[in-house]
Amino acid sequence: MTDVLLKAENLTASYGQIEVLHGISFEVYDNEIAVILGANGAGKTTTIRALSGMVETTGTITFKKEDISEFESDAIVRKGVAHVPQGRGTFPELTVEDNLRVGAFIRSDNDVQNDIQNCYDTYPVLFERRTQTAGSLSGGEQQMLAVSRALMSRPELLLLDEPSLGLAPQIVEALFERFLIMNKDHGTTMLIVEQNAQLALGMADRGYVLEAGEIVIEGAAESLINDEAIIRAYLGG
Amino acid sequence: MDLFLQRLFDGLTNGSAYALIAVALVLIFKATTLVNFAQGEQAMLGAFIVLQLWNWGLPMWVAVIVGMLISGIIAAGLERTFIRRFDPADHLPLVIITLGLFLVLNAVAAIVWRYDPLAFPQLFPHGSAITIGNARLSWYSIFAFGSCILVLLLLHVLLNRTKIGLSFRAVSSNLESSRLCGIKVGPTLQFGWALAAAAGTFGASIYAANPVLQIEPSIMLRALIFSITAAALGGLDSLWGALLGGLTIGFIQSVLVQYIPFIPNEMTLTATVVVLLIVLTLRPSGFLGTKTVERV
Repeated sequence: MTDVLLKAENLTASYGQIEVLHGISFEVYDNEIAVILGANGAGKTTTIRALSGMVETTGTITFKKEDISEFESDAIVRKGVAHVPQGRGTFPELTVEDNLRVGAFIRSDNDVQNDIQNCYDTYPVLFERRTQTAGSLSGGEQQMLAVSRALMSRPELLLLDEPSLGLAPQIVEALFERFLIMNKDHGTTMLIVEQNAQLALGMADRGYVLEAGEIVIEGAAESLINDEAIIRAYLGG
Repeated sequence: MDLFLQRLFDGLTNGSAYALIAVALVLIFKATTLVNFAQGEQAMLGAFIVLQLWNWGLPMWVAVIVGMLISGIIAAGLERTFIRRFDPADHLPLVIITLGLFLVLNAVAAIVWRYDPLAFPQLFPHGSAITIGNARLSWYSIFAFGSCILVLLLLHVLLNRTKIGLSFRAVSSNLESSRLCGIKVGPTLQFGWALAAAAGTFGASIYAANPVLQIEPSIMLRALIFSITAAALGGLDSLWGALLGGLTIGFIQSVLVQYIPFIPNEMTLTATVVVLLIVLTLRPSGFLGTKTVERV
Protein backbone atom coordinates (compact mmCIF):
# COMPACT_ATOMS: atom_id res chain seq x y z
CA MET A 1 0.00 0.00 0.00
CA THR A 2 0.97 3.57 -0.60
CA ASP A 3 1.03 6.41 1.91
CA VAL A 4 -1.77 7.32 4.24
CA LEU A 5 -3.42 10.51 3.00
CA LEU A 6 -6.03 10.92 5.72
CA LYS A 7 -6.15 9.34 9.12
CA ALA A 8 -8.84 9.63 11.75
CA GLU A 9 -8.02 8.39 15.24
CA ASN A 10 -10.49 7.90 18.04
CA LEU A 11 -12.85 10.36 16.38
CA THR A 12 -16.01 11.32 18.23
CA ALA A 13 -18.62 13.76 17.01
CA SER A 14 -21.61 15.26 18.77
CA TYR A 15 -24.56 17.46 18.06
CA GLY A 16 -25.01 19.28 21.34
CA GLN A 17 -25.32 16.66 24.09
CA ILE A 18 -25.80 13.75 21.74
CA GLU A 19 -22.68 11.86 20.74
CA VAL A 20 -23.10 10.32 17.30
CA LEU A 21 -19.65 8.87 16.66
CA HIS A 22 -18.07 6.97 19.52
CA GLY A 23 -14.35 7.08 18.81
CA ILE A 24 -13.83 5.64 15.35
CA SER A 25 -10.50 5.23 13.57
CA PHE A 26 -9.93 4.82 9.85
CA GLU A 27 -7.52 5.69 7.07
CA VAL A 28 -7.70 6.72 3.46
CA TYR A 29 -4.65 5.85 1.38
CA ASP A 30 -3.26 7.87 -1.48
CA ASN A 31 -4.99 7.22 -4.83
CA GLU A 32 -7.57 4.82 -3.48
CA ILE A 33 -11.34 4.84 -3.29
CA ALA A 34 -12.52 4.10 0.23
CA VAL A 35 -16.16 3.71 1.19
CA ILE A 36 -17.99 3.98 4.46
CA LEU A 37 -21.17 1.92 4.44
CA GLY A 38 -23.99 1.73 6.90
CA ALA A 39 -27.70 2.03 7.42
CA ASN A 40 -29.60 5.25 8.01
CA GLY A 41 -28.56 6.88 11.24
CA ALA A 42 -25.31 4.94 11.55
CA GLY A 43 -23.30 8.18 11.49
CA LYS A 44 -22.04 8.15 7.90
CA THR A 45 -22.85 11.77 7.12
CA THR A 46 -21.60 12.84 10.53
CA THR A 47 -18.27 11.13 9.83
CA ILE A 48 -17.76 13.02 6.60
CA ARG A 49 -18.95 16.28 8.14
CA ALA A 50 -16.51 15.77 10.98
CA LEU A 51 -13.67 15.52 8.47
CA SER A 52 -14.69 18.88 7.00
CA GLY A 53 -14.86 20.60 10.37
CA MET A 54 -18.62 20.98 10.32
CA VAL A 55 -19.46 19.29 13.62
CA GLU A 56 -17.96 19.30 17.11
CA THR A 57 -15.32 16.57 17.34
CA THR A 58 -12.69 15.12 19.62
CA GLY A 59 -9.85 12.84 18.57
CA THR A 60 -7.39 13.60 15.80
CA ILE A 61 -7.73 13.96 12.06
CA THR A 62 -4.48 14.01 10.13
CA PHE A 63 -4.28 15.00 6.49
CA LYS A 64 -0.92 14.66 4.73
CA LYS A 65 0.67 14.19 8.17
CA GLU A 66 -0.74 17.51 9.41
CA ASP A 67 -3.18 17.64 12.30
CA ILE A 68 -6.31 19.35 10.92
CA SER A 69 -8.64 18.50 13.82
CA GLU A 70 -9.00 22.10 14.93
CA PHE A 71 -9.20 23.64 11.45
CA GLU A 72 -12.23 25.60 10.24
CA SER A 73 -14.06 24.25 7.19
CA ASP A 74 -12.64 26.85 4.82
CA ALA A 75 -9.07 26.09 5.93
CA ILE A 76 -9.60 22.36 5.37
CA VAL A 77 -10.67 23.04 1.78
CA ARG A 78 -7.52 25.09 1.30
CA LYS A 79 -5.47 22.07 2.42
CA GLY A 80 -6.93 20.05 -0.46
CA VAL A 81 -10.06 18.33 0.83
CA ALA A 82 -13.21 18.91 -1.23
CA HIS A 83 -16.63 17.89 0.03
CA VAL A 84 -19.76 17.17 -1.98
CA PRO A 85 -22.48 17.39 0.66
CA GLN A 86 -25.60 15.30 0.82
CA GLY A 87 -28.38 16.86 -1.24
CA ARG A 88 -25.78 18.33 -3.70
CA GLY A 89 -25.32 21.66 -1.92
CA THR A 90 -25.27 23.76 -5.07
CA PHE A 91 -25.90 27.50 -5.05
CA PRO A 92 -29.44 27.54 -6.45
CA GLU A 93 -29.61 31.26 -7.27
CA LEU A 94 -26.24 31.30 -9.05
CA THR A 95 -25.69 30.25 -12.64
CA VAL A 96 -24.00 26.95 -13.43
CA GLU A 97 -20.85 28.79 -14.46
CA ASP A 98 -20.81 30.89 -11.28
CA ASN A 99 -21.21 27.70 -9.25
CA LEU A 100 -18.04 26.38 -10.88
CA ARG A 101 -16.27 29.69 -10.24
CA VAL A 102 -17.16 29.52 -6.56
CA GLY A 103 -15.67 26.02 -6.58
CA ALA A 104 -12.38 27.58 -7.67
CA PHE A 105 -12.63 30.30 -5.00
CA ILE A 106 -9.46 29.21 -3.19
CA ARG A 107 -7.39 29.30 -6.38
CA SER A 108 -5.56 32.29 -7.78
CA ASP A 109 -3.92 30.68 -10.83
CA ASN A 110 -4.90 31.36 -14.43
CA ASP A 111 -6.14 27.87 -15.25
CA VAL A 112 -9.62 28.32 -13.83
CA GLN A 113 -11.29 29.00 -17.18
CA ASN A 114 -9.51 25.95 -18.58
CA ASP A 115 -10.79 23.75 -15.79
CA ILE A 116 -14.32 25.06 -16.30
CA GLN A 117 -13.98 24.00 -19.92
CA ASN A 118 -12.86 20.55 -18.76
CA CYS A 119 -16.00 20.25 -16.64
CA TYR A 120 -18.07 21.15 -19.69
CA ASP A 121 -16.23 18.56 -21.79
CA THR A 122 -17.00 15.94 -19.17
CA TYR A 123 -20.63 16.97 -18.80
CA PRO A 124 -21.82 18.72 -21.98
CA VAL A 125 -25.21 19.28 -20.38
CA LEU A 126 -23.58 21.70 -17.95
CA PHE A 127 -22.22 23.66 -20.90
CA GLU A 128 -25.70 23.84 -22.41
CA ARG A 129 -27.06 25.13 -19.12
CA ARG A 130 -24.11 27.32 -18.13
CA THR A 131 -26.17 30.53 -17.94
CA GLN A 132 -29.13 28.89 -16.17
CA THR A 133 -29.41 28.99 -12.40
CA ALA A 134 -28.36 25.82 -10.62
CA GLY A 135 -31.77 25.65 -8.98
CA SER A 136 -33.37 24.98 -12.36
CA LEU A 137 -31.32 21.80 -12.98
CA SER A 138 -32.60 18.28 -12.49
CA GLY A 139 -31.31 16.19 -9.60
CA GLY A 140 -28.82 14.34 -11.77
CA GLU A 141 -27.53 17.54 -13.34
CA GLN A 142 -27.19 19.11 -9.90
CA GLN A 143 -25.09 16.16 -8.79
CA MET A 144 -22.85 16.53 -11.88
CA LEU A 145 -22.52 20.22 -11.01
CA ALA A 146 -21.79 19.50 -7.35
CA VAL A 147 -19.04 17.02 -8.23
CA SER A 148 -17.60 19.34 -10.90
CA ARG A 149 -17.64 22.22 -8.46
CA ALA A 150 -15.75 20.18 -5.88
CA LEU A 151 -13.14 19.24 -8.49
CA MET A 152 -12.67 22.92 -9.39
CA SER A 153 -10.70 23.34 -6.15
CA ARG A 154 -8.24 20.71 -7.47
CA PRO A 155 -8.54 18.58 -4.35
CA GLU A 156 -6.25 15.76 -3.32
CA LEU A 157 -9.10 14.13 -1.46
CA LEU A 158 -12.72 14.18 -2.56
CA LEU A 159 -15.37 13.46 0.07
CA LEU A 160 -18.70 12.34 -1.35
CA ASP A 161 -21.77 12.15 0.85
CA GLU A 162 -24.33 9.69 -0.55
CA PRO A 163 -23.95 10.74 -4.17
CA SER A 164 -26.55 8.20 -5.31
CA LEU A 165 -29.31 9.56 -3.08
CA GLY A 166 -32.52 10.35 -4.93
CA LEU A 167 -31.13 9.65 -8.40
CA ALA A 168 -32.35 7.22 -11.05
CA PRO A 169 -30.30 4.00 -11.37
CA GLN A 170 -28.89 4.79 -14.85
CA ILE A 171 -27.75 8.22 -13.68
CA VAL A 172 -26.14 6.73 -10.59
CA GLU A 173 -24.29 4.21 -12.72
CA ALA A 174 -22.93 6.90 -15.04
CA LEU A 175 -21.94 8.99 -12.04
CA PHE A 176 -20.01 6.16 -10.42
CA GLU A 177 -18.31 5.26 -13.70
CA ARG A 178 -17.11 8.83 -13.80
CA PHE A 179 -15.74 8.54 -10.26
CA LEU A 180 -13.78 5.49 -11.32
CA ILE A 181 -12.35 7.33 -14.34
CA MET A 182 -11.40 10.32 -12.18
CA ASN A 183 -9.67 7.97 -9.78
CA LYS A 184 -7.79 5.93 -12.40
CA ASP A 185 -6.88 8.77 -14.77
CA HIS A 186 -6.23 11.63 -12.39
CA GLY A 187 -5.40 9.75 -9.23
CA THR A 188 -8.07 11.59 -7.25
CA THR A 189 -8.40 9.95 -3.85
CA MET A 190 -11.98 9.52 -2.72
CA LEU A 191 -13.85 8.75 0.44
CA ILE A 192 -17.44 7.89 -0.38
CA VAL A 193 -20.22 7.47 2.12
CA GLU A 194 -22.97 5.28 0.69
CA GLN A 195 -26.04 3.35 1.57
CA ASN A 196 -25.95 1.47 -1.72
CA ALA A 197 -23.37 -1.10 -0.65
CA GLN A 198 -23.19 -3.24 -3.77
CA LEU A 199 -22.63 -0.26 -6.00
CA ALA A 200 -20.03 1.36 -3.77
CA LEU A 201 -18.06 -1.82 -3.02
CA GLY A 202 -18.07 -2.63 -6.73
CA MET A 203 -15.75 0.27 -7.44
CA ALA A 204 -13.96 0.79 -4.12
CA ASP A 205 -10.61 -0.51 -2.96
CA ARG A 206 -11.49 -0.73 0.71
CA GLY A 207 -14.59 -0.44 2.82
CA TYR A 208 -15.66 0.28 6.38
CA VAL A 209 -19.01 -0.65 7.84
CA LEU A 210 -20.40 1.79 10.36
CA GLU A 211 -23.07 0.76 12.83
CA ALA A 212 -24.50 3.02 15.52
CA GLY A 213 -21.46 5.28 15.50
CA GLU A 214 -18.82 2.57 15.58
CA ILE A 215 -16.83 0.83 12.89
CA VAL A 216 -17.77 -2.82 13.09
CA ILE A 217 -16.01 -4.19 10.03
CA GLU A 218 -13.22 -3.07 7.76
CA GLY A 219 -11.45 -4.71 4.88
CA ALA A 220 -10.74 -4.93 1.19
CA ALA A 221 -13.82 -4.19 -0.90
CA GLU A 222 -13.56 -7.55 -2.65
CA SER A 223 -13.65 -9.54 0.56
CA LEU A 224 -16.57 -7.48 1.91
CA ILE A 225 -18.64 -7.87 -1.20
CA ASN A 226 -18.18 -11.63 -1.16
CA ASP A 227 -18.97 -12.09 2.47
CA GLU A 228 -22.59 -13.20 2.59
CA ALA A 229 -22.82 -12.83 6.35
CA ILE A 230 -21.70 -9.22 6.32
CA ILE A 231 -24.02 -8.32 3.51
CA ARG A 232 -26.97 -9.89 5.26
CA ALA A 233 -26.21 -8.42 8.64
CA TYR A 234 -25.26 -4.86 7.78
CA LEU A 235 -25.79 -4.03 4.19
CA GLY A 236 -29.36 -5.04 3.62
CA GLY A 237 -29.04 -7.85 1.11
CA MET B 1 -51.28 68.54 -15.81
CA ASP B 2 -48.53 70.78 -14.51
CA LEU B 3 -49.47 69.82 -11.01
CA PHE B 4 -49.34 66.14 -11.86
CA LEU B 5 -45.89 66.55 -13.41
CA GLN B 6 -44.71 68.48 -10.38
CA ARG B 7 -45.94 65.66 -8.16
CA LEU B 8 -44.09 63.09 -10.27
CA PHE B 9 -40.91 65.16 -10.00
CA ASP B 10 -41.32 65.38 -6.23
CA GLY B 11 -41.84 61.66 -6.12
CA LEU B 12 -38.62 61.09 -8.05
CA THR B 13 -36.69 63.11 -5.49
CA ASN B 14 -37.92 61.29 -2.41
CA GLY B 15 -38.05 57.96 -4.22
CA SER B 16 -34.34 58.10 -5.06
CA ALA B 17 -33.40 58.60 -1.44
CA TYR B 18 -35.71 55.78 -0.29
CA ALA B 19 -34.25 53.58 -3.00
CA LEU B 20 -30.71 54.08 -1.71
CA ILE B 21 -31.62 53.14 1.86
CA ALA B 22 -33.69 50.26 0.45
CA VAL B 23 -30.61 49.07 -1.45
CA ALA B 24 -28.68 48.99 1.81
CA LEU B 25 -31.46 46.94 3.42
CA VAL B 26 -31.51 44.60 0.44
CA LEU B 27 -27.76 43.98 0.66
CA ILE B 28 -28.07 42.80 4.26
CA PHE B 29 -31.25 40.87 3.54
CA LYS B 30 -29.70 39.08 0.56
CA ALA B 31 -26.79 37.94 2.69
CA THR B 32 -28.58 37.05 5.89
CA THR B 33 -32.37 37.17 5.25
CA LEU B 34 -32.40 39.68 8.07
CA VAL B 35 -33.95 43.15 7.99
CA ASN B 36 -31.47 45.47 9.64
CA PHE B 37 -33.61 47.96 11.54
CA ALA B 38 -30.53 50.01 12.38
CA GLN B 39 -29.84 50.69 8.69
CA GLY B 40 -31.52 54.11 8.72
CA GLU B 41 -29.69 55.21 11.86
CA GLN B 42 -26.37 53.95 10.51
CA ALA B 43 -27.07 56.07 7.43
CA MET B 44 -28.01 59.06 9.57
CA LEU B 45 -24.81 58.70 11.59
CA GLY B 46 -22.86 58.44 8.34
CA ALA B 47 -24.45 61.64 7.06
CA PHE B 48 -23.51 63.41 10.32
CA ILE B 49 -19.93 62.23 9.86
CA VAL B 50 -20.01 63.69 6.35
CA LEU B 51 -21.29 66.97 7.80
CA GLN B 52 -18.58 66.98 10.46
CA LEU B 53 -15.82 66.34 7.92
CA TRP B 54 -17.22 69.13 5.77
CA ASN B 55 -17.29 71.48 8.77
CA TRP B 56 -13.65 70.60 9.38
CA GLY B 57 -12.87 71.88 5.91
CA LEU B 58 -12.93 68.89 3.59
CA PRO B 59 -14.40 69.52 0.13
CA MET B 60 -17.98 68.24 0.24
CA TRP B 61 -17.63 65.29 -2.13
CA VAL B 62 -14.40 64.19 -0.44
CA ALA B 63 -16.33 64.41 2.83
CA VAL B 64 -19.06 62.18 1.37
CA ILE B 65 -16.61 59.52 0.21
CA VAL B 66 -14.57 59.56 3.43
CA GLY B 67 -17.84 59.50 5.38
CA MET B 68 -18.95 56.42 3.43
CA LEU B 69 -15.62 54.73 4.21
CA ILE B 70 -15.83 55.57 7.91
CA SER B 71 -19.42 54.36 8.24
CA GLY B 72 -18.40 51.18 6.37
CA ILE B 73 -15.64 50.60 8.91
CA ILE B 74 -18.04 51.30 11.80
CA ALA B 75 -20.53 48.82 10.31
CA ALA B 76 -17.79 46.20 9.95
CA GLY B 77 -16.99 46.75 13.63
CA LEU B 78 -20.66 46.47 14.64
CA GLU B 79 -20.99 43.24 12.67
CA ARG B 80 -17.90 41.77 14.31
CA THR B 81 -18.88 42.87 17.81
CA PHE B 82 -22.63 42.29 17.95
CA ILE B 83 -23.79 40.21 15.02
CA ARG B 84 -21.23 37.49 14.35
CA ARG B 85 -21.34 35.98 17.83
CA PHE B 86 -24.93 34.86 17.21
CA ASP B 87 -26.19 31.96 15.15
CA PRO B 88 -27.09 33.44 11.75
CA ALA B 89 -30.02 31.02 11.44
CA ASP B 90 -31.70 32.27 14.61
CA HIS B 91 -33.23 35.60 13.66
CA LEU B 92 -34.92 36.76 16.85
CA PRO B 93 -31.78 37.74 18.79
CA LEU B 94 -30.36 39.41 15.71
CA VAL B 95 -33.49 41.46 15.08
CA ILE B 96 -33.47 42.58 18.70
CA ILE B 97 -29.83 43.58 18.35
CA THR B 98 -30.52 45.67 15.25
CA LEU B 99 -33.40 47.34 17.12
CA GLY B 100 -31.01 48.02 20.00
CA LEU B 101 -28.45 49.47 17.62
CA PHE B 102 -31.22 51.66 16.19
CA LEU B 103 -31.80 53.23 19.62
CA VAL B 104 -28.13 53.47 20.56
CA LEU B 105 -27.03 55.09 17.29
CA ASN B 106 -29.88 57.59 17.51
CA ALA B 107 -28.87 58.48 21.05
CA VAL B 108 -25.19 58.76 20.11
CA ALA B 109 -26.01 61.19 17.30
CA ALA B 110 -28.23 63.22 19.65
CA ILE B 111 -25.49 63.43 22.27
CA VAL B 112 -22.81 64.47 19.80
CA TRP B 113 -24.79 66.76 17.47
CA ARG B 114 -27.88 67.68 19.58
CA TYR B 115 -31.41 67.77 18.25
CA ASP B 116 -31.13 71.19 16.57
CA PRO B 117 -31.40 70.91 12.79
CA LEU B 118 -28.14 71.71 11.02
CA ALA B 119 -27.55 72.79 7.42
CA PHE B 120 -26.13 70.02 5.26
CA PRO B 121 -23.71 70.83 2.40
CA GLN B 122 -25.54 71.40 -0.87
CA LEU B 123 -24.12 68.58 -2.96
CA PHE B 124 -25.89 69.56 -6.16
CA PRO B 125 -26.46 72.82 -8.06
CA HIS B 126 -29.45 74.94 -7.08
CA GLY B 127 -32.49 75.82 -9.14
CA SER B 128 -34.60 74.12 -11.76
CA ALA B 129 -33.14 72.21 -14.62
CA ILE B 130 -36.31 71.79 -16.64
CA THR B 131 -39.48 73.84 -16.48
CA ILE B 132 -42.59 72.49 -18.17
CA GLY B 133 -45.45 74.93 -17.71
CA ASN B 134 -45.46 75.51 -13.98
CA ALA B 135 -43.78 72.22 -13.13
CA ARG B 136 -40.13 72.46 -12.20
CA LEU B 137 -37.69 69.59 -12.15
CA SER B 138 -34.81 70.72 -9.97
CA TRP B 139 -31.18 69.89 -10.53
CA TYR B 140 -31.31 68.31 -7.12
CA SER B 141 -33.90 65.77 -8.27
CA ILE B 142 -31.97 64.92 -11.42
CA PHE B 143 -28.71 64.43 -9.56
CA ALA B 144 -30.36 62.52 -6.73
CA PHE B 145 -31.87 60.10 -9.22
CA GLY B 146 -28.69 59.96 -11.31
CA SER B 147 -26.45 59.18 -8.36
CA CYS B 148 -28.91 56.53 -7.25
CA ILE B 149 -28.55 54.82 -10.65
CA LEU B 150 -24.78 55.23 -10.46
CA VAL B 151 -24.60 53.52 -7.05
CA LEU B 152 -26.75 50.67 -8.32
CA LEU B 153 -24.56 50.20 -11.39
CA LEU B 154 -21.42 50.19 -9.25
CA LEU B 155 -22.94 47.66 -6.86
CA HIS B 156 -24.10 45.55 -9.80
CA VAL B 157 -20.57 45.43 -11.21
CA LEU B 158 -19.08 44.78 -7.78
CA LEU B 159 -21.43 41.87 -7.09
CA ASN B 160 -21.34 40.31 -10.55
CA ARG B 161 -17.86 40.96 -11.85
CA THR B 162 -15.52 40.64 -8.87
CA LYS B 163 -14.37 37.76 -6.72
CA ILE B 164 -15.56 39.32 -3.48
CA GLY B 165 -18.93 39.88 -5.18
CA LEU B 166 -19.04 36.23 -6.21
CA SER B 167 -18.29 35.11 -2.66
CA PHE B 168 -20.99 37.48 -1.37
CA ARG B 169 -23.55 35.97 -3.74
CA ALA B 170 -22.41 32.46 -2.81
CA VAL B 171 -22.85 33.18 0.90
CA SER B 172 -26.29 34.66 0.18
CA SER B 173 -27.26 31.52 -1.68
CA ASN B 174 -25.90 28.72 0.51
CA LEU B 175 -23.98 29.32 3.71
CA GLU B 176 -22.76 25.77 4.27
CA SER B 177 -21.62 25.16 0.70
CA SER B 178 -19.79 28.48 0.78
CA ARG B 179 -17.73 27.21 3.71
CA LEU B 180 -17.08 23.99 1.81
CA CYS B 181 -15.74 26.03 -1.10
CA GLY B 182 -13.23 27.73 1.18
CA ILE B 183 -15.08 31.02 1.59
CA LYS B 184 -14.65 32.70 4.97
CA VAL B 185 -18.30 33.40 5.71
CA GLY B 186 -17.79 35.84 8.61
CA PRO B 187 -15.60 38.35 6.75
CA THR B 188 -17.83 38.08 3.67
CA LEU B 189 -20.92 39.03 5.67
CA GLN B 190 -18.89 41.77 7.32
CA PHE B 191 -18.09 43.09 3.86
CA GLY B 192 -21.84 43.08 3.14
CA TRP B 193 -22.50 45.15 6.27
CA ALA B 194 -19.79 47.64 5.34
CA LEU B 195 -21.07 47.92 1.78
CA ALA B 196 -24.65 48.41 2.97
CA ALA B 197 -23.60 51.11 5.43
CA ALA B 198 -21.61 52.94 2.76
CA ALA B 199 -24.58 52.82 0.37
CA GLY B 200 -26.88 53.95 3.19
CA THR B 201 -24.59 56.85 4.09
CA PHE B 202 -24.63 57.94 0.48
CA GLY B 203 -28.43 57.73 0.48
CA ALA B 204 -28.77 59.73 3.70
CA SER B 205 -26.33 62.34 2.40
CA ILE B 206 -28.39 62.73 -0.76
CA TYR B 207 -31.55 62.90 1.33
CA ALA B 208 -30.12 65.50 3.71
CA ALA B 209 -28.77 67.54 0.80
CA ASN B 210 -32.35 68.26 -0.26
CA PRO B 211 -32.54 72.08 -0.17
CA VAL B 212 -35.79 71.91 1.81
CA LEU B 213 -34.35 69.66 4.55
CA GLN B 214 -31.87 70.05 7.35
CA ILE B 215 -30.14 67.24 9.19
CA GLU B 216 -31.06 66.19 12.71
CA PRO B 217 -30.83 62.82 14.50
CA SER B 218 -34.35 61.70 13.66
CA ILE B 219 -34.13 62.61 9.97
CA MET B 220 -34.15 58.95 8.87
CA LEU B 221 -36.95 57.68 11.09
CA ARG B 222 -39.72 58.25 8.57
CA ALA B 223 -37.41 57.55 5.64
CA LEU B 224 -36.51 54.16 7.12
CA ILE B 225 -40.14 53.07 7.23
CA PHE B 226 -40.64 54.18 3.64
CA SER B 227 -37.42 52.42 2.65
CA ILE B 228 -38.37 49.15 4.34
CA THR B 229 -41.67 49.36 2.47
CA ALA B 230 -39.78 50.11 -0.75
CA ALA B 231 -37.44 47.14 -0.23
CA ALA B 232 -40.37 44.80 0.46
CA LEU B 233 -42.22 46.12 -2.56
CA GLY B 234 -39.18 45.49 -4.76
CA GLY B 235 -38.75 41.97 -3.49
CA LEU B 236 -36.27 42.34 -0.57
CA ASP B 237 -33.48 40.52 -2.39
CA SER B 238 -33.29 42.53 -5.59
CA LEU B 239 -31.17 45.67 -5.96
CA TRP B 240 -33.09 46.91 -8.98
CA GLY B 241 -36.31 45.97 -7.21
CA ALA B 242 -35.24 48.36 -4.45
CA LEU B 243 -34.98 51.16 -7.00
CA LEU B 244 -38.37 50.31 -8.44
CA GLY B 245 -39.87 50.05 -4.96
CA GLY B 246 -38.28 53.33 -3.85
CA LEU B 247 -39.62 55.22 -6.84
CA THR B 248 -43.07 53.65 -6.45
CA ILE B 249 -43.22 54.73 -2.83
CA GLY B 250 -41.99 58.20 -3.76
CA PHE B 251 -44.69 58.54 -6.41
CA ILE B 252 -47.46 57.16 -4.20
CA GLN B 253 -46.49 59.57 -1.49
CA SER B 254 -46.61 62.62 -3.68
CA VAL B 255 -49.40 61.73 -6.13
CA LEU B 256 -51.92 60.09 -3.81
CA VAL B 257 -51.80 62.89 -1.31
CA GLN B 258 -52.39 65.43 -4.03
CA TYR B 259 -55.32 63.76 -5.69
CA ILE B 260 -57.21 61.91 -3.04
CA PRO B 261 -58.62 64.60 -0.80
CA PHE B 262 -59.33 62.40 2.19
CA ILE B 263 -55.68 61.36 2.47
CA PRO B 264 -53.99 64.10 4.46
CA ASN B 265 -50.23 64.36 4.53
CA GLU B 266 -50.06 62.46 7.80
CA MET B 267 -51.68 59.50 6.10
CA THR B 268 -48.98 58.96 3.47
CA LEU B 269 -47.40 56.24 5.54
CA THR B 270 -50.69 54.40 5.82
CA ALA B 271 -51.32 54.80 2.11
CA THR B 272 -47.94 53.31 1.16
CA VAL B 273 -48.41 50.39 3.49
CA VAL B 274 -51.83 49.71 1.96
CA VAL B 275 -50.22 49.66 -1.48
CA LEU B 276 -47.56 47.29 -0.13
CA LEU B 277 -50.29 44.98 1.15
CA ILE B 278 -52.04 44.98 -2.20
CA VAL B 279 -48.85 44.32 -4.18
CA LEU B 280 -47.66 41.55 -1.87
CA THR B 281 -51.07 39.90 -2.00
CA LEU B 282 -50.89 39.78 -5.78
CA ARG B 283 -47.14 39.15 -6.02
CA PRO B 284 -45.84 37.66 -2.78
CA SER B 285 -42.19 38.02 -3.81
CA GLY B 286 -42.51 41.69 -4.76
CA PHE B 287 -41.72 43.28 -8.12
CA LEU B 288 -38.38 41.60 -8.81
CA GLY B 289 -37.80 39.32 -5.85
CA THR B 290 -36.67 35.72 -6.23
CA LYS B 291 -39.45 33.24 -5.88
CA THR B 292 -38.18 30.71 -3.42
CA VAL B 293 -38.44 27.27 -4.93
CA GLU B 294 -36.97 24.44 -2.96
CA ARG B 295 -36.14 21.14 -4.53
CA VAL B 296 -35.70 18.18 -2.26
